Amino acid sequence: MQTKCAIEMKGLTKRFGTVVANDGIDLQINRGEILSLLGENGSGKTTLMNMLSGIYQPDEGQILVDGEPVSIRSPKDAYAYRIGMIHQHYKLVDVFTAAQNIVLGLNDEKLDLKQINSKVQEICKRYGFNIEPSKKVYDMSVSQKQTLEIIKVLYRGADILILDEPTAVLTPQETEKLFVILKNMKADGKAVVIITHKLHEVMAISDKVAVLRKGKYIGTVETSKTNPQMLTEMMVGHAVALNIERPKYRKPFDKLRVEGLTCVDHEGICKLQDVSFTARGGEILGVAGIAGSGQKELLESIAGLYPVKEGSITCIECEDHQVQLVGLAPRQIRDAGVGMAFVPEDRLGMGLVGSMGMTGNMMLRSWKQGRSMFLDKRGPEKLAREIWEKLEVVTPSTEFPVRRMSGGNVQKVLVGREISREPSVLLTAYAVRGLDINTSYAIYNLLTYQKMRGSAVIYIGEDLDVLLELCDRILVLCAGKVSGIVDARKTTKEEVGLMMTSLKEAKND
Amino acid sequence: MSTLIALIVAAVTFGTVLMFGTLGEVLTERSGNMNLGVEGIMYMGGAFGLAGAFYYEKLVGPAASSGPIAIIIAILSAFLAGAAASAIYSFLTITLRANQNVTGLALSIFGTGVGQFTGEFMRVSEGGFVALSNNLKGAFSQSIMPSFLRNIPIIGKMLFDHTVFFYIAVALAVGMHFFLFKSKRGMYLRAVGESPSTADAAGINISRYKYLATIIGGGISAIGGMVYITTTAGCVWNHEGLSGVGWLAVALVIFCMWKPLNAIWGSVLFGALMIMYLRLVIKFIPTEIYKILPYVVTVIVLVLSSMRNNKEKQPPASLGLNYFREER
Repeated sequence: MQTKCAIEMKGLTKRFGTVVANDGIDLQINRGEILSLLGENGSGKTTLMNMLSGIYQPDEGQILVDGEPVSIRSPKDAYAYRIGMIHQHYKLVDVFTAAQNIVLGLNDEKLDLKQINSKVQEICKRYGFNIEPSKKVYDMSVSQKQTLEIIKVLYRGADILILDEPTAVLTPQETEKLFVILKNMKADGKAVVIITHKLHEVMAISDKVAVLRKGKYIGTVETSKTNPQMLTEMMVGHAVALNIERPKYRKPFDKLRVEGLTCVDHEGICKLQDVSFTARGGEILGVAGIAGSGQKELLESIAGLYPVKEGSITCIECEDHQVQLVGLAPRQIRDAGVGMAFVPEDRLGMGLVGSMGMTGNMMLRSWKQGRSMFLDKRGPEKLAREIWEKLEVVTPSTEFPVRRMSGGNVQKVLVGREISREPSVLLTAYAVRGLDINTSYAIYNLLTYQKMRGSAVIYIGEDLDVLLELCDRILVLCAGKVSGIVDARKTTKEEVGLMMTSLKEAKND
Repeated sequence: MSTLIALIVAAVTFGTVLMFGTLGEVLTERSGNMNLGVEGIMYMGGAFGLAGAFYYEKLVGPAASSGPIAIIIAILSAFLAGAAASAIYSFLTITLRANQNVTGLALSIFGTGVGQFTGEFMRVSEGGFVALSNNLKGAFSQSIMPSFLRNIPIIGKMLFDHTVFFYIAVALAVGMHFFLFKSKRGMYLRAVGESPSTADAAGINISRYKYLATIIGGGISAIGGMVYITTTAGCVWNHEGLSGVGWLAVALVIFCMWKPLNAIWGSVLFGALMIMYLRLVIKFIPTEIYKILPYVVTVIVLVLSSMRNNKEKQPPASLGLNYFREER
């Protein structure tokens, strides 16, 4: 196939204050090709693409569209050059219908629903979409919203499409569908850029891969001539072992028994329904599910932070010391002698106080211990220093506000604090969200270490590949119900993916 | 019966004041700007609107001055005063991205001060008393409807015996409904208030929509202040009567769920609650109890509206938030 250059970037630089987000980037995007833009979090992928879509202005450098130098000052300009971006956080108006969202901002068009519908149908037929134009956005699923975003961009005549982490919120099956559509677009001669940090997707879909590292352009390689190991090295800058060790604990034992757990939120919507499982000491129990299937509520109800309507949660300290956790507040759970640690999803909201330093945050767990009316900082200070050294936290001092640390370091502080108490039950929600590959593997190792110490680890994750490699068993949630518990060593991604979307009973272990 | 009709007429008169205030704020909040300065804006509208009519009459003489022209001048001066005050608010919140609540509260205090100062300045410089002639007072407070309509028993009094401002306000509410929900520009404005980043990505000029909606909305609110001074207060500068009316308008915006058509009956209802202590006196109930009724209703509405679960009946999603394209 003949490839034609659609966009050429020459020496693009973008600074935010003193931070250089993009540093002299040269990149070429061709028509009839799918280019993957690969890089760790904070490597400048989104910033670079936002300069193409008119959200940011480059400080230096030049953008050429079809060989002509252009300046893209606003998203409107971008559409004029037929560049369309599908943002990671969808840009849709919730209370509008699909059709209203599609024509938003188009000046030359009347609100003629018939005409809009027929044009939308034509686009749908051409690429294999399916959409109801009169459906309101708030009634749509995540994948429908994404479809709408893509149609919106195509409706405006874009032939250079940029997708920012499109698969982050999709199930494996939905991802497959999206990839078919992207291939149709490629066959139609459109230029497609897909931003991602999932290597297996890069290998599956793209023709070429461009890699960024810390704002710098590392290079472009043809997908057929590379492999995940090589790409990781380009991304990280040095060799990384991409295997997660999964040793077997000598003899797993029952630790936490959840029976018939039902939770209802304050609006009366059922968040968890009749959830039963047993978490074992010496095992990592993974929890998989589409975002919002009840993962958060499950962890919070175990930790005593979410009201339980029915059911029981029993922590088995030993044969004759079993503690019923339902109805206990976090402090009562601790007083009852249960060593529970909780790494919440919202690190700076629920886990740490952003404007305090490491020492202050350590004290949040030990404030009850002091007897005097003044603060005793020695213990927490010592712990903060230990975590600082052991987990290689990058911070100028233990008093530096955690809010101003990078996401990975914040997570290390939180995980470090939680595991320092040697918990017998460790609950983690999206422990590696937003972390780069190196830090992610460091966290995986920490969790595995806790497991080998004999604690029961519950790990809520998004990336199915990691869940399959890290966990011993996987509990799959679907709309608040357990659709099955599978052995992570024997199951496949497809099986888990299917269970995430349907309640079909899978074989129990 | 006659008590009830009198109550309705008085409710409509006061309701008209609230309707302008509310409609202006509905337009402003639809763009995502929460302008808490309505109180100050209405004070300025009252003072400048009266000043416009007063100095017009002084210039051409009481005999030669015409009612319609005085009304137009009063509306224009009030509108311009409100628009100017809202322009300050817009510049601070849209261009400089200052906190909307703080700016609104500051404007409220500032506008009240400017209004009081202007009114008192007129009073002092005119020898202690600012009032329009009886001729113009009539033009401001009488109905423009033909007498055969007004003379229909009961209905005539209830529907056709109101000031010209009431009919302008109703027409404005209907017009604003069509603009917001039937026109393309109105849809874009709602998009700006719901999700500015979406509207921006779709190529809509966010600043222009926010500026225009806020400035025009402020102008409309200010007309309400003028209507109060020229109808309820009898065309005499009154530095106390307006206090609290702007805050009531802010509450009414929530009460009518950001929909202009609801503002018509909502304003009249609140108007009735405001004047009930004068018209529907029941022994042993102190007037203070009556006077808190509008606020009690507002609290009840706030409680109910926070409980309802309908996505369509929520405030504009980005209300109170400033938009900055490069923010991450």
